[in-house]
Amino acid sequence: MRHTLAILVENRFGELARIVGLFGARGYNIESLTVAPTLERQISRVTLVTSGDDERVEQIIKQLDKQIRVLSVTDLTVTDHVERELALIHVSAEAGLRRQEVLNLVDVFRAKVIDISETGLLIEATGNRAKVSALLRLLGGFGIQEMVRAGTVAIGRLPSAATEAENDSAEVAFGR
Amino acid sequence: MASVAIMEREFAPIAMEEELTERESPVAIPGARILLEALMREGVDTIFGYPGGAVLHIYDELAKYQHRLRHILARHEQGAVHMAEGYAKATGRVGVVLVTSGPGATNAVTGIANAFMDSTPLVVITGQVPRKMIGTDAFQEVDTVGITRPCTKYNYLVREAGELAEVIHEAFYLARTGRPGPVVIDIPKDVTADRVPYHYPDTVQLPGYMPTECANQDWVERAVAKIIIAQRPILYVGGGVIHANGSDELLELAERLHLPVTPTLMGLGCFPSGHPLSLGMLGMHGTYWANMAISESDLIIAIGVRFDDRVTGALDKFAPHAEIIHVDVDPSSVSKNVRAHLPLVGDAKSVMQQMLELLSPDICVASAGGHSPWWRQIDEWKKFAPLTYENSNDVIKPQFLCEELHRLTGGDAIIATDVGQHQMWLAQYCGFNGPRQSITSGGLGAMGFGFPAALGAQLAFPDRQVIAFVGDGGFQMTAQELATAVQYGTNTKIVVMNNNYLGMVRQWQELFYDRTYSAVGMEGTPDFVKLAEAYGAVGLRATRPGELSAVLERGLSTRGVVVMDIVVSAEENVYPMIPPGAGLKEMVLQPS
Repeated sequence: MRHTLAILVENRFGELARIVGLFGARGYNIESLTVAPTLERQISRVTLVTSGDDERVEQIIKQLDKQIRVLSVTDLTVTDHVERELALIHVSAEAGLRRQEVLNLVDVFRAKVIDISETGLLIEATGNRAKVSALLRLLGGFGIQEMVRAGTVAIGRLPSAATEAENDSAEVAFGR
Repeated sequence: MASVAIMEREFAPIAMEEELTERESPVAIPGARILLEALMREGVDTIFGYPGGAVLHIYDELAKYQHRLRHILARHEQGAVHMAEGYAKATGRVGVVLVTSGPGATNAVTGIANAFMDSTPLVVITGQVPRKMIGTDAFQEVDTVGITRPCTKYNYLVREAGELAEVIHEAFYLARTGRPGPVVIDIPKDVTADRVPYHYPDTVQLPGYMPTECANQDWVERAVAKIIIAQRPILYVGGGVIHANGSDELLELAERLHLPVTPTLMGLGCFPSGHPLSLGMLGMHGTYWANMAISESDLIIAIGVRFDDRVTGALDKFAPHAEIIHVDVDPSSVSKNVRAHLPLVGDAKSVMQQMLELLSPDICVASAGGHSPWWRQIDEWKKFAPLTYENSNDVIKPQFLCEELHRLTGGDAIIATDVGQHQMWLAQYCGFNGPRQSITSGGLGAMGFGFPAALGAQLAFPDRQVIAFVGDGGFQMTAQELATAVQYGTNTKIVVMNNNYLGMVRQWQELFYDRTYSAVGMEGTPDFVKLAEAYGAVGLRATRPGELSAVLERGLSTRGVVVMDIVVSAEENVYPMIPPGAGLKEMVLQPS
């Protein structure tokens, strides 16, 4: 099963290498990895997506927790949480009907056009993994020239956040 | 003789221009001096090392400290780290190593990895090229922090002299607390020359590192409730008991509840081998009755162990009837290989104290009384398949050698071993009365460990009987440390179990590869007696059973370094044995 882990680690030289090295050495899988400092500059937050059965994930969390500079490890998968990905997509779309179709997709997926030329559009899309994948699949028919996808970031939900939850499930529906 | 003075361990301070040994110096002093002052604050008295370009400033400073900080010059950096490990295992203190950059650091890696696998507290200081040359492929530059990251508890690249004191303080704290382990401090040469004011910190700032001491009390209570009603309980105990200095608590726990005790290889000596409650070692070459008891147990109380594959055999056949209580200070060791029904994360000594507090005398009597059928069963297993071998009048059997060694030392010696057949026979036939006497390479299985480790233990305890029990293969990996042993006037004894084979590999080739002996014959082995003499040590040899006792007695009682070359039967195999992939109950007891 896929697990999304939030890791708080002291922002020091070599600590990311330590975490990545741990996964390599023990044969654990990294599906995606995102790192940036938190509001406290000396602490970084790592969002790491991995997979494995319960026992393996338990061991992964323990091994991460064992790292001297790791302050906390949270398995967001077992709590109510939101995940987002970001993609920047250069899609072929000359002026005319095809471009209009692409713009319709951008609209439906609540993505943004961030650059435009005679022959193409640069689109910024955010959403959960399924939504971003769905948009990519649909844009594929127009010809994707280049694409970059950031790793997953994730955060726990507020104690009562029914509205946002509905929004998110709507997005999941888009993706299917 | 200068070496004699050093052996007396009298480090009378000599008058120095700027005597420090204080917590701070407002006057700027060089990094090298800060390093040595900080080591002294940590109570270090011995450094095992080897000089080189990147540590020249440190060695220059060390010359001024020679009467307070003893430096032992190894003949290879691997030897230096194994010595520090022997020192640490025998004393319970942090072993300290100082080596240079590049090859100094890479040669040390085997020792560091060994200490990591066996949870030995070490601080290893490596030199590094000057900061401005890092990343330029400079002479003797290697990414020490990168290379040692997966085999250290933690490591540091010191980036300015101002952080040295804090880093050293943290390194010692990390090395000795929680699950102990090696910490590497990589120090660029120019950092050791930079002058800054010195202040030794009082505390460490490690918010992400909080080793647990006591286990959750509710869980301890649940564990004790299970222990007192168990019909077939067994204590499976290991190196964690020794690290925690928990032998007294273990003895009390076992005696009060009349529990059988089986130690791992790393746990040898944590419970007296000759005690009636001791079943001897379990696992691949453990006793039949210990392995049967684990297999038929209804409650395994595992303390300071990690369910290593050499202990469990095939995991799907391991202890099918048992509930498992697992006490360990390292949460990642719990339920890693075998799921624990009751995990108790905490220091072995503290958790056993928590257990003992819950055991009133009447509960103990009632519980212990219920174990009689279990003990009868264990005694039957013991009678069915005792440890045995066929002795000979013509050739020295290695098992006989181990028995003789035990007879002559009475189980009181510190004995360090290498890895292989001799290590298993010693574990089977030569008991230890107490903890910190058995020093062996368990996890990494590093040949060449035994002799330098014995030397390190001897340097810590100059007056104790310390023996390196090694094979002819392993001895040749670090035999150059004979020079170190002689230079410092030690009394280390080396017993070489010489079968002229890489015996354990040969045994596997015999049993599992149709006796195709591939690269295990040791033709070209030197004459160990002459080798000893070439180093200025004493060499003795026994080739026949009738000579053995006299040679051992003479060797063990001769002052100085003595190599005893004991020529044993060449194709002897270690039994009993659990074949690879088999369960503990599928032991092979005798050669077929």
